[in-house]
Amino acid sequence: MDDLYRELIIEHYKNPTYRGSLNPNDIAFEDENPLCGDQIRIELRLSEDEHVTEAMFNGHGCAISQASADLLMESIQGKSLEEVKALTKDDILELLGIQLGPVRIKCALLPLKVLKAGAYGLREASDELVE
Amino acid sequence: MTDSSKVDFFDISRVRSDFPILNRHVKPGVPLVYLDSTATSQKPSSVLLAMDDFYRKSNANIHRGIHTLAEEATALYEASRLRIAKFIGAPSATQVIFTRNTTESINLVAYSWGRTFLQNGDTVILTEMEHHSNLVPWQILAAERNLRLEFIPVTEEGLLDLNTYVSLLNLQPKLVSFTHMSNVLGTINPAEEIIRLAHEAGAITLLDGAQSVPHFAVNVQDLDVDFLAFSGHKMCGPNGIGVLYGRKNLLQSMPPFLGGGDMIKRVHLRSFTPNELPYKFEAGTPAIAEVIGLGAAIEYLEHIGMDAISGHEKVIVNYALERLEEVPGVRIFGSSTNHRGGVVSFTLGGIHPHDISQILDAQGIAIRAGHHCAMPLHEKFHLTATARASFYLYNTSEEVDRLANSLYKVIEVFGL
Repeated sequence: MDDLYRELIIEHYKNPTYRGSLNPNDIAFEDENPLCGDQIRIELRLSEDEHVTEAMFNGHGCAISQASADLLMESIQGKSLEEVKALTKDDILELLGIQLGPVRIKCALLPLKVLKAGAYGLREASDELVE
Repeated sequence: MTDSSKVDFFDISRVRSDFPILNRHVKPGVPLVYLDSTATSQKPSSVLLAMDDFYRKSNANIHRGIHTLAEEATALYEASRLRIAKFIGAPSATQVIFTRNTTESINLVAYSWGRTFLQNGDTVILTEMEHHSNLVPWQILAAERNLRLEFIPVTEEGLLDLNTYVSLLNLQPKLVSFTHMSNVLGTINPAEEIIRLAHEAGAITLLDGAQSVPHFAVNVQDLDVDFLAFSGHKMCGPNGIGVLYGRKNLLQSMPPFLGGGDMIKRVHLRSFTPNELPYKFEAGTPAIAEVIGLGAAIEYLEHIGMDAISGHEKVIVNYALERLEEVPGVRIFGSSTNHRGGVVSFTLGGIHPHDISQILDAQGIAIRAGHHCAMPLHEKFHLTATARASFYLYNTSEEVDRLANSLYKVIEVFGL
């Protein structure tokens, strides 16, 4: 538990840097985890050569999901859309620096699922995106 | 502080020693505090032994075979049915139908009774505090049959608004289907009154007993209810076994639910004659060991006594309400203790219930976090989720203390 709620996570949960919205934006997507009601919306602005110039998230949920979103937004600044599409579950776990069980991992991966569904221009997000 | 040890309904340490899992440590040095019995209860040794004994000594299929094992298996299976019938005050064991769980029991009624007797435009009354298992089957049927679904509202205090119910009855509903006790608010609904009013309006009644039958005495004849659904696993029994009780003339008028072995009297290539009650609704080899386990669970509950169990839970939940109210930032949902069973749902500041649950888990405390399969009720109170502690015969006031003390730890982690 002490690992799970390390200071980094509590800090990003309580004082997120990238919480907000971008209007207009180039990519916007949102989804929720029906099991716990965590909800995440991500909005991106892209440069002409499709690199992320700005990234923001909004939503509500547990500390893990919200901190994961903030850390993810931080990590994709300046990245190309192709690099964003290539992000995996392991990248998220590395950002968070924790190991998670089968229930809480869904909280941690929701922001990535939303981000990738948006990057791929999908109509619906699916768990396959983050497996 | 209430000293619950002074109100002894039974020897709590002996009861606890009946449940092997309660000795378990979640990790070294951290004993388990199990406060999630509303999701599923723990099982006493007598249930585990009855099932183990069956597989070791008497395992065979039932209602077939003339050999000794088949005879024994059938006798054990039917003895359980009779015990369950007596436990809920059913006039006859033939009115006790085995299903997988409460959900399947309600679906059975929706598919078989609903598809036969509900017509375009008919009204079905439910409540705003239903578990998804008593919403979705009716939504599916409503879409198919163009039914009108109406809901008895829940007041701010977490009670059913019976005045609105009385006016809804003017719609001449065909069915009133409702929970005996809310799995979120802990509210115990006035079932007898709701059923009486429904009958006066000409409606059939279905009672979701998933949270009531395990915790206090429920008698189908006293309640005069038409259908009662409940699950074995929430009442010290195994998973995968549930019960549907039904009034005899209703069950007789209903077509079979699932087709297959055991539910037939005669089968031809193009037709069949259904079996008698209760077998008409029990297609295929049932969960024989689980039925026997449920019988053993009821024997155990009867041995402790249902009134003693509900009395004990009342003491524990009152103490929990008292301790939790002291914790700064805690908001408790539901009614005063007069109408409340052993459930306390709460939030703590703005902390997500998953985070609360995770931190409590590190202290060995198992609670539930989420919407508890009652999303509409959470929407009503503008919540995405709540944390829920629930109590059963094996819980103690010391465990309540550990819960309350650990909430201070949650506050500390989040720096509130």
